[in-house]
Amino acid sequence: MKSMGQTQEEYYRGVRMVPYDLLKELVLAMAGVGVLAILVAAFLSSPDVAPVTIANWSQADPVDFVTTATGELAGTTTSAGYGAPYNTTPDAFQSWGPIAPQAWFGVRIPIDSANAYVIDPLKHASFTNSTLAASLTQWQAATPDQQAAWLDAYTTALADATVKDGNVTVASGDYGPLTLMMSNLLGVAQTGGLDGLLAINGRFYQTDYTQPLLFMGDGGYFDGLAANEHLSGDLWGMMNETGTYPGQTWLWLYTMWYQVPPFTSDTGFLGLNAGNADLGIIILMTVLTFLLALVPFIPILRDIPRWLPIHRLIWRAYYAPNGQAPGRPTSVKPLGSSVPPAP
Amino acid sequence: MSARNSDSWTLRVRQAMDRHLPMDHLLPDRQPYYVGSWVYVFGVITIAALAWVIVSGVVLSFFGPQWWHDSSVGRFFNSLHFWSVQLFFIFMVLHLWGQYFMAGWRNGRAATWMIGVVIFGISILTAFTGYLSQQNFDAQFIALNAKDAMNGAGIGAFFNVLNFGQMYGLHVMLLPIGVTFLVVAHIVMVRARGVVKPIDPEGARP
Amino acid sequence: MESPATYLHWGFILISWPNLLVILGMLVVFAIALVAPFPNHGEADDVSAK
Repeated sequence: MKSMGQTQEEYYRGVRMVPYDLLKELVLAMAGVGVLAILVAAFLSSPDVAPVTIANWSQADPVDFVTTATGELAGTTTSAGYGAPYNTTPDAFQSWGPIAPQAWFGVRIPIDSANAYVIDPLKHASFTNSTLAASLTQWQAATPDQQAAWLDAYTTALADATVKDGNVTVASGDYGPLTLMMSNLLGVAQTGGLDGLLAINGRFYQTDYTQPLLFMGDGGYFDGLAANEHLSGDLWGMMNETGTYPGQTWLWLYTMWYQVPPFTSDTGFLGLNAGNADLGIIILMTVLTFLLALVPFIPILRDIPRWLPIHRLIWRAYYAPNGQAPGRPTSVKPLGSSVPPAP
Repeated sequence: MSARNSDSWTLRVRQAMDRHLPMDHLLPDRQPYYVGSWVYVFGVITIAALAWVIVSGVVLSFFGPQWWHDSSVGRFFNSLHFWSVQLFFIFMVLHLWGQYFMAGWRNGRAATWMIGVVIFGISILTAFTGYLSQQNFDAQFIALNAKDAMNGAGIGAFFNVLNFGQMYGLHVMLLPIGVTFLVVAHIVMVRARGVVKPIDPEGARP
Repeated sequence: MESPATYLHWGFILISWPNLLVILGMLVVFAIALVAPFPNHGEADDVSAK
């Protein structure tokens, strides 16, 4: 490049200089942007929809809560079969050819759904409840086949469950200890106890909400609330915001890929499809970000600004025929030339 | 360079700074006369918006992540933070458009452009961790959805979007320091080289 | 401002009107910046000759 190693003085030689107060401009910009931001903040406030708790969920939709908890026990929920980084589920990872970073790093945030969401909380609750303690003992003493039979029957019955006074009632059948266990878990959840147990997770100080969030994500209640706010990923949710506020509009390209083939298609293209969309889109966005950074070196991309006349608009005074620009000297000197400056 | 002290690291650094970034380059009171368009202003108003983001963010972090949900003053500072961030991104993208159409990377300025792209990327990550630190429904939902994108790419094993403490720490400390440091580097690079000349020669017809 | 925004839908594109407003606003501001006259610096007082 011709100006490599040039000093600024050499670069500017022959260019007319005019007074320009950069610091005044910065202070004015600070003031102007500040006034604008303060006015908008004062008049429009900011979005703040209260978080959902497990207590809210189990009170508002007890059947969805019990169905989800039963699924955790049966190992059929999304988080129970998620695979890395939460648990080991064979082949539950995204890959593109040999690229499978989800599998490479293994289980780094272990979640044992059945114990974390059902058995352990019920153990806490059973200290003063001998009937519940007996039910838990019966559950844990049962064979896996027996447990599976109870879970199947109970899950089927939950489809027609009714709610009365916040309690879930299913048609009578052979569910073993499940009915009692689930009604106790529902009770603990509705009083807010499960929020505490899952969040604290045996610690005192706690800032990690992985367990309760994954549990809520397994249910249908939370997704339903999110769909009302257009937050779902298949609805460009990444760039949307609760209430009538702009969201992360700068994620438009990232979220767009989730709406178009091959990332919406089961068959896909070059091995990229809906099944590995998360991995495929991260790779694609990484490549595009590198391309943006390398624009100065990429033919065509770096030439477009020269072809488009927008720069002629920006520098119209500079490009103007002789005599129109303010303070123009009589002789026109090509830039970067070694013509001596005008007197 | 004085032969006597040519092995002094301090002297050599000072001389390099004097050579590449003398004060009259860092704080010039004159600019080439082609610097005369509102498009040039997008850079400085992006810096101004960043300053307001930092000021409101410092207030929010001083009082802690729960304060703004219960206090009307807190809510105001959150709103100021929210809208300053919106303005910061709007101005940054306008600055990017402007620099693209002016091909601001010419004459040895490619590194300045590239650092700008890195600042854009880190800003997105900073905003993202901020949305995750809101402690409201939006934060819960973003965390639950984003985990799939992060886990699918293997990033989730180290960057757990469901871990509020991790996201909050990154948001108030590491990432803002990264953005600020790179913005300073970006400005110094612009000042050291000066503003790039127009694409066509002076007075040239299309 | 707390009630969910209205959304516009064309084909696969789905966008909230606050987001659309931000994007259109950016295009308008950019267009204005291109054509609006920039305050005059005053007389050019020198030619860089250092």
